[in-house]
Amino acid sequence: MIKFLIEKEFKQILRNRFLPKLIMVWPVMMMLVMPWAANQEIKDISLSIVDNDHSSYSERLVNKITSSGYFILTDVSASNNKALESIESGKADIILEIQPEFERNLIRDGIANVMISANAVNGVKGGLSSSYMTAILSDFGNEIRGEWTKTSAKTILPVINIVPQNKFNPHLDYKVFMVPALMVMLLTLLGGFLPALNIVGEKEAGTIEQMNVTPVNKFTFILAKLIPYWIIGVFVLTVCFLLSAFVYGLTPSGSLLTIGLFAGVYTLVVSGLGLVISNYSNTTQQAMFVMFFFLIILILMSGMFTPINSMPEWAKIITRANPLRYFIEVMRMVFLKGSALADMTKHMVVLIGFALFFNIWAVISYKKTN
Amino acid sequence: MKQFISFVKKEFFHIFRDRRTMLILLGMPIVQIILFGFAITTEVKNTQIAIFDLSKDISTQRITEQLQASEYFTVTEVLNNPDDIDRVFKEGKVNLVVVFGENFSDNLLHTGEASVQLITDATDPNQASMLSGYATSIVTSYQQELMQEYKVPFQIIPEIRMLYNPQLKSAYNFVPGVMGLILMLICAMMTSIAIVREKELGTMEVLLASPIKPIYIILAKMVPYFTLSFVNLSTILLLSVFVLQVPVAGSLFWLTIVSILFIMVALALGLLVSTIVDTQVAAMLVSGMGFMMPVMLLSGMIFPIESMPAVLQWFSDIIPAKWYVSSVRKLMIEGVDVVFVLKEMIILLVMAIFLIVISLKKFKTRLT
Repeated sequence: MIKFLIEKEFKQILRNRFLPKLIMVWPVMMMLVMPWAANQEIKDISLSIVDNDHSSYSERLVNKITSSGYFILTDVSASNNKALESIESGKADIILEIQPEFERNLIRDGIANVMISANAVNGVKGGLSSSYMTAILSDFGNEIRGEWTKTSAKTILPVINIVPQNKFNPHLDYKVFMVPALMVMLLTLLGGFLPALNIVGEKEAGTIEQMNVTPVNKFTFILAKLIPYWIIGVFVLTVCFLLSAFVYGLTPSGSLLTIGLFAGVYTLVVSGLGLVISNYSNTTQQAMFVMFFFLIILILMSGMFTPINSMPEWAKIITRANPLRYFIEVMRMVFLKGSALADMTKHMVVLIGFALFFNIWAVISYKKTN
Repeated sequence: MKQFISFVKKEFFHIFRDRRTMLILLGMPIVQIILFGFAITTEVKNTQIAIFDLSKDISTQRITEQLQASEYFTVTEVLNNPDDIDRVFKEGKVNLVVVFGENFSDNLLHTGEASVQLITDATDPNQASMLSGYATSIVTSYQQELMQEYKVPFQIIPEIRMLYNPQLKSAYNFVPGVMGLILMLICAMMTSIAIVREKELGTMEVLLASPIKPIYIILAKMVPYFTLSFVNLSTILLLSVFVLQVPVAGSLFWLTIVSILFIMVALALGLLVSTIVDTQVAAMLVSGMGFMMPVMLLSGMIFPIESMPAVLQWFSDIIPAKWYVSSVRKLMIEGVDVVFVLKEMIILLVMAIFLIVISLKKFKTRLT
């Protein structure tokens, strides 16, 4: 019995003009476009210089900053007020103001002041650009100190040598971070939306009545709806893996089997959620909107774009109820750190729990009689 | 005119009778603002770190204390074995491991060089950079404590000013984006679905057969969504100002004008989509994938446009939301003069006119 139902579902999907194209084209487009767009890396910061000293030291400093690779000099102004206009128009992101007597103060008193004004609407950008600038300034100070103290007796200065090491992503490539998360998002969108539309579509078209009068029981019915989408999910995931390997050179450090296992369970979770929503909706529009609403919240609160660590306590508690959070953690851990199944048993248990919860709810809430 | 008003009333009834959708339309901005305002943040707070201390002397302990005391870090693990470093990362327990070399204090005071290793989990590169940066500044400030006693010359002391957003709150960056997203969602998506639904259900025929001009039918459909978007716009602004404490630094008047321009562009887009597709599902998918995704990704709402490759930067120029979000950021957050947003406003105006003309031309007044 169930074989026929599954066959029917596949036929319906393939006969639909839109869906097969969507399933093929959209993951490809997302994988090819999004990692380039979803980049929070801060570079090519537009710099405005206000140099009121015009000494050899101030010119050296400016040269050092512009050749650092972080900043692009887009504006030179005579005063801070003028420079502020360049920030207002968007021409510059950060201003460095060098006071008059910069060189003299440095040589005579050993201390000179400068003012950094950063456009902090984007807090990350403002914070990082001023910290890059500060690092360059302190480097410059060390350089000058080195030139002067070479001639005098060598004094022992306590210098702590800080060695940063970036594990799992040595080049700080943002794509490495985004690609696994994108796969999760694709799987969620396709695996969640499509089943949701399915049952509601049948309700609207009226064909659900015909299903209801057959002897098919609820469980078989729901199962028959789940399986095709599960298979589609596996297919989409494979395409994503191939793309990530060939286009980005990203292959998982951990085992493909682990990912496959988790993905299988996860697809059941989202499809279950979709089916539940479609059981409670009467029109396609309602189902889509409710699904859309939930998905946006789930995606944003999953740690995909912003870290869960930075969230306030109440938000962290809410994320525990979010299946995406677990799957994204799993994907990133396996892809980047090569974690094994044993490291992630808690995640597996939670995901299985979610899958059972949503699918049982879908079966129970489906009413054959009105 | 009376005909027109009765059509508008009918459209309003359509919306009100669908409680679920209406609830979501009115509730979504509230939920999004709260999420973006409080939960979605890139700030670093109480990150779990581990210490691997081979010296355990007075300097390393002082630095460890400083790290623990700062609001950015919480020391959750003390490691005794180099293999543990890999383990705590794989288990996802910490994001940063601070390693102190042997004889730290000795080296520091007698040879002048001691080393600290900051090993970050760079899965999230930006977080890693920020964690590394904050840890570095804590270690450097300890170094300066010591240096005070040695009077080191040639120090350049910067005074740092964060303009417009002194506390570096993420909400300042996100709120304009949320406004763009919600307006686009309501105006483009809902309008297109509403018009297509009538086509799909067959009631469009009935409307077209009535004595009212087809153009008025369309306008009547747009009025309720225009109103809804205004309600949502005010809700978002009120929430931002009072709950998120994101002030409207610039002129409210110009902010409203720019928003009206954007609403018109979005409505025209919705109309255009409705002339192209035949089913609601298709309308939803086209506006969802064709509008929502590009808006979320390429409008500068979450991800800075400057960080994207050139191709995508050009592409984002076509997306109306990009100009809207940029002008709202300037007007609302930076509080600049309207002079600086003229470019955005003109572009939005041109887009609105262009789209309205095209969609009106494409709108078929007969069903064949």
